[in-house]
Amino acid sequence: MNALAAVLRRLVLAFGLVLAVLALNFLLIHAAPGDPAEVIAGEMGGADKEAMASIRKAYGLDRPLHEQFFTYIGRSLQGDLGQSYLFNRPVSELIFERLGPTVLLVMTALLGAISIGTLLGVLASRRPDSLFSGAVTVLSMIGYAMPVFWTGILLVILFGKVLPIMPIAGMRDVRMMGAGPLAHALDVLHHLVLPALTLGLVYLAQYSRLARASMLEVLSLDYIRTARAKGLGEVSVTLKHALRNALMPLVTIAGLQFGNVISGALLVETVFSWPGLGTLALDAILGRDYPTLLGVLTFSAILVIVANLLTDLSYRWIDPRLRGR
Amino acid sequence: MTQIPRRRMLQTAAALGASPLAGWPLQAWAQAAKGGVLVIGTNQRPRHLNSAVQSGIATMMPAAQLFASPLRMDAQWKPQPYLAERFELSHDNRSVKLVLRAGAVFHDGRPITAEDVKFSIETIRDHHPFRTMYGPVHTVSVEDARTAVIRVAEPHPALLLAMSTSLTPIIPKHIFGDGTDPKIHPRNSNPVGSGPFKLVEFKPGEVTVMERFDRFFLKDQPKLDRIIIKEYKDSASLLLAFERGEVDVHSLLTNAREMDRAKKVPGVQVVVGAGPAIGPLVWLAFNTKSPKLADKRVRQAISYALDRKMILEQLLENHHKAATGPIASGSPFYNPDVEKYAHNLTKANQLLDAAGLKPGANGTRLSLEVDAIPGSAEFKTLQEYTKAALAKVGIDVSVRLTPDFPTWARRVSTGQFDMTYDTVWNWGDPVIGVHRTWLSDNIKPGVIWSNTQGYVNAKVDELLTAAGKEMNQAKRKALYKDAQKIIVDDCPVAFIYETRNSEAFRANVSNPPKGIWGLIDGLNDVTAGKA
Repeated sequence: MNALAAVLRRLVLAFGLVLAVLALNFLLIHAAPGDPAEVIAGEMGGADKEAMASIRKAYGLDRPLHEQFFTYIGRSLQGDLGQSYLFNRPVSELIFERLGPTVLLVMTALLGAISIGTLLGVLASRRPDSLFSGAVTVLSMIGYAMPVFWTGILLVILFGKVLPIMPIAGMRDVRMMGAGPLAHALDVLHHLVLPALTLGLVYLAQYSRLARASMLEVLSLDYIRTARAKGLGEVSVTLKHALRNALMPLVTIAGLQFGNVISGALLVETVFSWPGLGTLALDAILGRDYPTLLGVLTFSAILVIVANLLTDLSYRWIDPRLRGR
Repeated sequence: MTQIPRRRMLQTAAALGASPLAGWPLQAWAQAAKGGVLVIGTNQRPRHLNSAVQSGIATMMPAAQLFASPLRMDAQWKPQPYLAERFELSHDNRSVKLVLRAGAVFHDGRPITAEDVKFSIETIRDHHPFRTMYGPVHTVSVEDARTAVIRVAEPHPALLLAMSTSLTPIIPKHIFGDGTDPKIHPRNSNPVGSGPFKLVEFKPGEVTVMERFDRFFLKDQPKLDRIIIKEYKDSASLLLAFERGEVDVHSLLTNAREMDRAKKVPGVQVVVGAGPAIGPLVWLAFNTKSPKLADKRVRQAISYALDRKMILEQLLENHHKAATGPIASGSPFYNPDVEKYAHNLTKANQLLDAAGLKPGANGTRLSLEVDAIPGSAEFKTLQEYTKAALAKVGIDVSVRLTPDFPTWARRVSTGQFDMTYDTVWNWGDPVIGVHRTWLSDNIKPGVIWSNTQGYVNAKVDELLTAAGKEMNQAKRKALYKDAQKIIVDDCPVAFIYETRNSEAFRANVSNPPKGIWGLIDGLNDVTAGKA
């Protein structure tokens, strides 16, 4: 009952938050100079006054700003995210189409980074003064410091040109149209390697450092000494007793990062021409495609809220002391 | 059931598992024997596929495959039959009769009729951004199922060229004629076409896939089985993809470095200056309404202070061609006999002195800001060069950068600029892409690529208006000759270069397009072997 009330309260707050995000983003995007008619004219190599007026009328851009805003809010609440100016398709269709590739990319990178990062951090924490631990620390700092687009470009040069064994753009080999589902799946995996590695390296650096620090803190606590004194093996002490407590900060960070999935992926998607929500958002900003951008931002806001909720729920699962609350 | 040995299964699983890392070629499926599959790489992103309401290369390249136009232009800029097996221009040049080929059908099997031609031309006239193409069209009448007659209020020399390639796609009335505004019609992204290829898949931002339409009205065309247009977010990725053979065609090499790398691909065919009808010009545009630049002597001085030889040879590494006036050199109406503004600092200083701009205590006569259309590193280089070059004649230039196209377009179209680098395209006939920049009645605030310089010259208006109605080629040429001379002398812009866009084809591609429209024309004769 307490848990349900907490969830409901959060949902109400979340709804208000989404509305506030929408309003702010609506104002910000309209504050940028230029409008979609100019973008469309630019892509067309020109348009006369009548054509631009006609475009503005077709998209309702000639109406007062507040009217546009309330119309948009009203439609969104009914599930209609509007029509993309740029792509001439329903925004919901665009988001749905691009969601899969982004989730695939980010989940692969995140899960890989969490598992490998945690493993490295745990191993490093066992012998904190060893060469291995030092190497993990230094490599983590380098991985974290390198901008993600720089890492991506380096990997493109390395595996695209020097050792050309990887595809460097897109999600699939377009010549494979008509091949079977297994071939397609392998092809997508092939294309996923470099972008997931690029994105994952940043996360990996974070998780290995965090896991190492968190484990070191937990391993110094009294109950660990008690566990060892009881005669428990080192593996049991590390995994069953220490890691479970050390996981909490990692879960928090993972939850926050999943909520930021779109912004995190945007640069990587651009470098690798990955057809996800990140590139959609970038195209929408540059193209002043208000409905698409607002749709992506709303979706992103909802993702953050859902991720936070799931993170809270996972705390209860990891830490039995929180289950009653 | 056959038992598969465990060792064999493990080996296979290992091979499959290792394949993403080992670079095992996954495109093991051979391309079809006849014609093959052509993969074109591009940095352009089409909004949708209906070029009746959208111009620009991004849409026109796929649209030229999906739709047929009534005519095609040959390499000598002469109209030839295409969807129309016959066309007749009346003696008074005020009507064109088109007779369609018998048996021509849309991709859904419905016949292409004169009603569809009427509907298409009226749609283009009313909704295409280039109003001048069909603006003079008075009526389109249907004489029978295969015969349409287009009547113009006055002679319109651009009419036949306008009926070529994806400037005039014949679109199905039974799909698009449902009353929906064609600019936002939902079928724009999933059209039924009339051309040599039909749509299989369109994912904007990713890929467009088209396959041969077996009931195309020309029996031995097209040759290719499929055309796939793959989009790359940046030019470096596209070039790398071309070098590796991921794409067969690089659709737009824009600078010397790209050209050098493309030429190193074994067996490559490079078409330099592809699509001459497009006629992209780069110039430094002046805001003639600004008091600082209202005097033509100041504008001429700036033009003399720019060293075009140095720009073309050093900065642009001889990749592009010098531009001398408002009409590109590939056009039959080009006039080279104009002031070239050869680099001359003495003359520049004299002109500035004559305009009353004396150097101040710090040697500065005038301060100006220079913008550039975003999206090209070359323009940024030109901005920096301009600053250095004009400093030598006492003009202090500050470089203003723009984050994106709509910001720049808003600034320029509302007169919030001093001077800006810009690229404007001729689009075949001067009526379509040239007149719009120089006619004083096309000073339209808020409209980019109208007469944003605010240039007014009554004689130029008279010459261009007359040339826009003159059907006699020789007389038309003479009118444009005079207009070019005056425009160049008035210097509302300093012409710098013609973008020599080039297309590169890997060795497996045969019969690459070499017509006046390049890749934005039907690729009916192209074939592609295995990549």
